[in-house]
Amino acid sequence: MSTIPLDYETLRLIWWLLLGVLLIGFAIMGGRDLGVGTLLPFAARTDAERRVLLNLIGPTWEGNQVWLILGGGAIFAAFPSLYAVSFSGFYLAMMVILVALILRPVGFKFRGKVEDKRWRTAWDWGLFIGGFVPALIMGVAVGNVLLGAPFHLDHTMRIFYTGNFFQLLTPFALLAGLVSVGMVVTHGAALLAGRTEGIIAERARSYGIWAGLATLVLFALGGVWISFMSGHVITSVIDPNAPINPLNKSVELVPGGWLSNYSTYPWMIAAPVLGFGGMALAVFGLAARRKWLAYLASSTGIFGIVSTAGLSIFPFFLPSSSVPNSGLTLWDSSSSHMTLFIMLLVTAFFLPIIVMYTGWVFRVMRGPVTSDSLGKNPNAY
Amino acid sequence: MIDMLVVDLSRWQFAATAMYHFIFVPLTLGLSFMMAIMESVYVMTGRQIWRKATLFWGTLFGINFAMGVATGIVMEFQFGMNWSYYSHYVGDIFGAPLAIEGLMAFFLEATFIGLFFFGWDRLSKVGHLVVTWLTALGANFSALWILIANGWMQNPVGAKFNPDTMRMEITDFMAVIFNPVAQAKFVHTVSAGYLSGAVFILAISSFFLIKGRHVELAKRSAVVAASFGLASALSVVVLGDESGYVATEHQKMKIAALEAMYHTEEAPAPWTLIAWPGENGEPGFHISIPWVGGLITTRSFTEELPGINELVERAEDRIRTGIIAYSALQDIRADGSNEEARAIFDEYWPDLGYGLLLKKYRVDIENATEAEIAMAAQDTVPGVWPLFWTFRIMMGLGFFYIAFFAMWFYRASRGWIDTNKPLLWFSFVTLPLPWVAIESGWFIAEFGRQPWVVEGVLPTFYAASGLTVLDLVLSLSFFVLLYTVLLIIMVFLMVRVIKAGPKDKLFADDDDADDFVMAAIPATPANKELGS
Repeated sequence: MSTIPLDYETLRLIWWLLLGVLLIGFAIMGGRDLGVGTLLPFAARTDAERRVLLNLIGPTWEGNQVWLILGGGAIFAAFPSLYAVSFSGFYLAMMVILVALILRPVGFKFRGKVEDKRWRTAWDWGLFIGGFVPALIMGVAVGNVLLGAPFHLDHTMRIFYTGNFFQLLTPFALLAGLVSVGMVVTHGAALLAGRTEGIIAERARSYGIWAGLATLVLFALGGVWISFMSGHVITSVIDPNAPINPLNKSVELVPGGWLSNYSTYPWMIAAPVLGFGGMALAVFGLAARRKWLAYLASSTGIFGIVSTAGLSIFPFFLPSSSVPNSGLTLWDSSSSHMTLFIMLLVTAFFLPIIVMYTGWVFRVMRGPVTSDSLGKNPNAY
Repeated sequence: MIDMLVVDLSRWQFAATAMYHFIFVPLTLGLSFMMAIMESVYVMTGRQIWRKATLFWGTLFGINFAMGVATGIVMEFQFGMNWSYYSHYVGDIFGAPLAIEGLMAFFLEATFIGLFFFGWDRLSKVGHLVVTWLTALGANFSALWILIANGWMQNPVGAKFNPDTMRMEITDFMAVIFNPVAQAKFVHTVSAGYLSGAVFILAISSFFLIKGRHVELAKRSAVVAASFGLASALSVVVLGDESGYVATEHQKMKIAALEAMYHTEEAPAPWTLIAWPGENGEPGFHISIPWVGGLITTRSFTEELPGINELVERAEDRIRTGIIAYSALQDIRADGSNEEARAIFDEYWPDLGYGLLLKKYRVDIENATEAEIAMAAQDTVPGVWPLFWTFRIMMGLGFFYIAFFAMWFYRASRGWIDTNKPLLWFSFVTLPLPWVAIESGWFIAEFGRQPWVVEGVLPTFYAASGLTVLDLVLSLSFFVLLYTVLLIIMVFLMVRVIKAGPKDKLFADDDDADDFVMAAIPATPANKELGS
């Protein structure tokens, strides 16, 4: 493949980074909507208050969710084996996430169409599930990635998954799930504190402070836990330019192994530092009523926390707990050299355009949302 | 061995979720363009009634779009969840159009749909119009990339099997994009979507006209729908999807099955209007029209069409060479430096998929018996009679809609829109028919592709995930239940919106005189609708 100007190894690394960009993009952009959904029944108690929340995120949540959809598509295109193993292995967990996500578009659209208290309350809880459950289960999934999933591959690359749904709900995985919920709630609260007024903003502020503190504690606890947990380390020589075959490597479990990257590449410590720093600053911003600071800080915190998970397991994507040699890394689960290159060209062209028009839409919809401003628009939720 | 019950349940789940999803997609495709046309007229003429029409159809569009998004999320992940071997085996090619769909189309659509609803009082007239057009374009680009992906499953061009990675890999991306099957599918599918949108608007406008409500808005909407619908109906029939069928062997099998044509016909083949199964499942009683068959399926009078029996014989040969390719692949997997095996594999790899058909009968397919090879060859015939009949239902509806819209177009051009009550009633009660045609079309495309998930490359049963029956019973029943409940709620809400009719006052702070008159004066026949 001498016609491709970037070598295979570089492309695999670029795509590992791009996948991080997309997933962090969803955690920040979609995370705020998940956080607001989780806060909906608590930060807003009357119909008028809840409508303020819904109409604050209503105009942009659909675009934000595409980061997740695109993340799924990008995993399929760039790391098809990862796409195949993770989604079939975590089958019922995926089902739960999907069912919860399905409640969101219909919840937003259908809720306001009937003026009946029970109808609206039912959809409010639907939207709560649509925010809380995906945040929790995605976090649980990341926890299970760190623990390793019970799967192996045969020589035809057929996948055998030997666990079940309830085995995913281990204490460490639930801790990871709570970190995930904590960070998106903090983020959603920071948004509400900045863009709403009066009682809603006040409630959001106090929920956000508590969620931010909880996130800090749980994230620290996770770090301590990981230092005692076994991490996967590749002991054979890896050829980063070779055709994919996950079975060509040997892997050993080393206690504290998930922290070894931080001594090999000290710059990676920046990720947990940003995670802690961002969340702490978000708490401070909320407490000090520095609205923009809180929102930017919680975004930074999410960036740091998600990056920490990704960097800790590098170069792994999905380690195997039952047959460690079957674990998937960015070197042995990618698409072909040519597909990675073509998809890079397409992404390099479209991603900046997406960022531009998304920015424009956010600009058009800027400004505080109040009960009074809703009456004008017949399309309001 | 592969659990065939898991495979069957996986197929049911994919079929159910995809067909539910495609209740909503066609309407999104059709309504978005018609709303953009109506809003364009509003911006050019400044007449409020066109904005009112855009908003009214937009409300129904929004309800439908929410269902499209809800059912669409599942589609993005289901390949990995239920078809993990498929995802590994062809993800190198198939994943790309799916990801590009997100980058180029769905992001555009989903970002601007928010502004479509919330941007009316924040954007200039032209600014909002641009937003509406971008939403419509996003929806249509989305269809393009999904059909490029689907087209590749029907006609897998531009890719080659790599024995080192044990999967298909891309060799020519342009061939994947400009796949003739994909291009034909795209035009056919979006045209069907436009048609369904036009029928939707025409049916509800007819309802308003019957009741004498919102007459001016209904008349204008009907004119737009009649013209847009006529163009769509012509396009959906003339540029039929089957034009791409002659491309490959199995597409020929699909044609032969659609026509229940067991024996090869000399060109130009006749077309069987109706037939009943007789001996051995072959047609007994039938009525045929000479020459038409060749015209429908090959667009020519000279191309010969092979029958099912001949195609089964050819499949048997390919299964035998497939076994050779499979044995060579085993040797390469055992010892990557085996150059002899690589040479054999290079020659026979295109038939590897045919060899895999035997995996249904035994694991060590090198030792397949003659009887097993014959059975596997017979498996290449899809279910003939369901295809035969759904194809006739779909085609019949296609021709019906050309006549229907031609009549509407003629009447609209003469200004006879609300004069014929029986016609209005007819237009209203036939509202579900486009969906019958569209779902039939997908059934033909996908059931007709069986036993393949990727034609000639990967058998469907070999592509499924190794899930348990319990997993699938849970997920399938949950999806069907949830989707059905949501569908019922959606219909309930749409009926409410239609009964309430277009809002007289668009925005609380509108100072448009017409709207205020509307709100203040009770409707009388003379001023029932103003602002025209």
